[in-house]
Amino acid sequence: MTKFTQILAGLLALAAAGAAVAAGADLGQAQKQATNWTAIAMFAVFVGFTLYITKLAAARTKSAADFYTGGGGITGFQNGLAIAGDYMSAASFLGISGLVFANGFDGLIFSIGWLVGWPVITFLMAERLRNLGKFTFADVASYRFSQTPVRVFAASASLVIVAFYMIAQMVGAGQLIKILFGMEYLYAEILVGVVMLAYVLFGGMTATTWVQIIKAIMLLGGASFMALAVLFQFGFSPEALFTKAVEVHSKKDAIMGPGALIKDPISAISVGMALMFGTAGLPHILMRFFTVPNAKEARKSVAWATTWIGYFYILTFIIGFGAITNLVTNPADYYVGGEIAKGLKGGGNMAAVHLANAVGGNLFLGFISAVAFATILAVVAGLTLSGASAVSHDLYASVFNKNCTSEQELRVSKIATLALGVLAIFLGIAFEKENVAYMVMLAFTIACSSNFPVLFMSVLWKNCTTRGAVVGGFVGLILAAVLTIGSASVWEAVMGNPKGSAWFPYNSAAIFSMTAAFFTIWLVSILDNSEQAKKERALYPAQQLRSETGLGASSAASH
Amino acid sequence: MQNVLDRVTANPKFHEFIAMRSRYSIIMAIISAAAYYGFILLVAYNKEFLAQKLGPGMTTSIGVPIGVGVIVFTIILTWIYVRRANTEFDATNEAIIKEAQK
Repeated sequence: MTKFTQILAGLLALAAAGAAVAAGADLGQAQKQATNWTAIAMFAVFVGFTLYITKLAAARTKSAADFYTGGGGITGFQNGLAIAGDYMSAASFLGISGLVFANGFDGLIFSIGWLVGWPVITFLMAERLRNLGKFTFADVASYRFSQTPVRVFAASASLVIVAFYMIAQMVGAGQLIKILFGMEYLYAEILVGVVMLAYVLFGGMTATTWVQIIKAIMLLGGASFMALAVLFQFGFSPEALFTKAVEVHSKKDAIMGPGALIKDPISAISVGMALMFGTAGLPHILMRFFTVPNAKEARKSVAWATTWIGYFYILTFIIGFGAITNLVTNPADYYVGGEIAKGLKGGGNMAAVHLANAVGGNLFLGFISAVAFATILAVVAGLTLSGASAVSHDLYASVFNKNCTSEQELRVSKIATLALGVLAIFLGIAFEKENVAYMVMLAFTIACSSNFPVLFMSVLWKNCTTRGAVVGGFVGLILAAVLTIGSASVWEAVMGNPKGSAWFPYNSAAIFSMTAAFFTIWLVSILDNSEQAKKERALYPAQQLRSETGLGASSAASH
Repeated sequence: MQNVLDRVTANPKFHEFIAMRSRYSIIMAIISAAAYYGFILLVAYNKEFLAQKLGPGMTTSIGVPIGVGVIVFTIILTWIYVRRANTEFDATNEAIIKEAQK
């Protein structure tokens, strides 16, 4: 495998070049820090090791099934860790601990929101997805419908969701790497894009899954160590930790109760809906249900994922409070110019990273930095793989060339991967100076208003028809995007319109766009009396039989 | 294969079973949603309650155990469902399929 040695050598050279250039001028919003060699060395070890795994996986990635699902041979426990890895992005690790650091209790409200989508998936979707699907969630949604319109809808919605999620990850990656490794933004983008492409192109789902598993273990291990170190400082008494935090935090006792994060009840419920049901519509999460051999393992994997994600959010809460007690009391080391008023070095999201330094010294700081970078890489790889399967499986193999062979489909999926990887780098660079904070939320809002209603209704409601699903799905998709543009976080903060001019008054569109999607699917379906609709309704019992019993379910491995 | 499918569909036990299982999963989903929205509604309408102290002279607010409680409850609920689905439900499911294959 000389190709691999070449890629590895190229990457290391790139990393070295980036680090060398990094000593120069600092550009962009995030303050670039001095080159952190410990972090770079640890990250190089991670990349080297994961590329080695990719090489092993590459030997086994021969068919389209291997590429999309890793041959279906992943156990429930492994898949649970991988799902948790997909979900515990750098945004949730650094973002939520930063939110707790700044506002205390409010951070917990958000993390609970990110978690509660999981039981919904477990109870209503997991086994039905596994029993009906093969490679993508569109297999499930289009099971008894006409293929072309449903696949075109599913692929469009998936690509839109992947694009927004990806931009947020790529911009975050560039800023983070600039701070953590002292590397130029441009090189950081290229490095993330190229390493991620190596995983997906050569190792497909097998490599992507193992990268996720390794990263999830590193992240959970690192976060556990930090939380334990913080609790140890206070004799394992949360009360003592909170007392000290209230004493030193500028907001005093306000950090122990809900603050201004959630303004009005409609926004609160709407954000809650987006988080709860959006998870069940994210293509890179749904794709993971097809990597396990059967429904039993699918259920087990969500149960494990829920466990790890819940545990992780409890840790981030402790880490956020630990950051308050450790950093505020030591402004000289962690604040710009040693002054609390000027903010944390590298910005508010750096709370967990600075805490790593406070409790574990430079070596542990290097470890946590490497974990944060690995996290972004792994999430971007998962997103790219789900975007590529939307193009190659849903568009190419199901619409444009229905008679294609597995080899042809695999080739198209690799071309799509390459194109998405280049696009990711390009978007990351194009959006460098933009405010992308709203994009993850937008991805969740679109997911809960398009993919989720279509999936839910097509599987559980016998009168649902192609026309209803496609029209309703597109209504939800467009409404979610348009209303989000009209909200203050985009209309004012991103588009620069004057304060107070936003014409959509709430934080989140979900309550309206998701309701509209369900209503439209229902209305268009019951009004649909075409021959096709009758055929589709007649097929429901057969679909139900398979989704409930697993009889005839795809075995994932096609060889 | 078609015979097996027809026989499963014709079996009243099958319809009883999936109705029971669907009911169970919908009830579980409603419980988990109720726990979450109960918490969110407290955040939206009764911030003072969540900010209340656990006891006199304490810093920890009621909101902390409630919030952590929602997380732990969600995890436990998920495992309760998966346990039952992976043992009892799967066994019933297999029995129905076996019966049809005879």
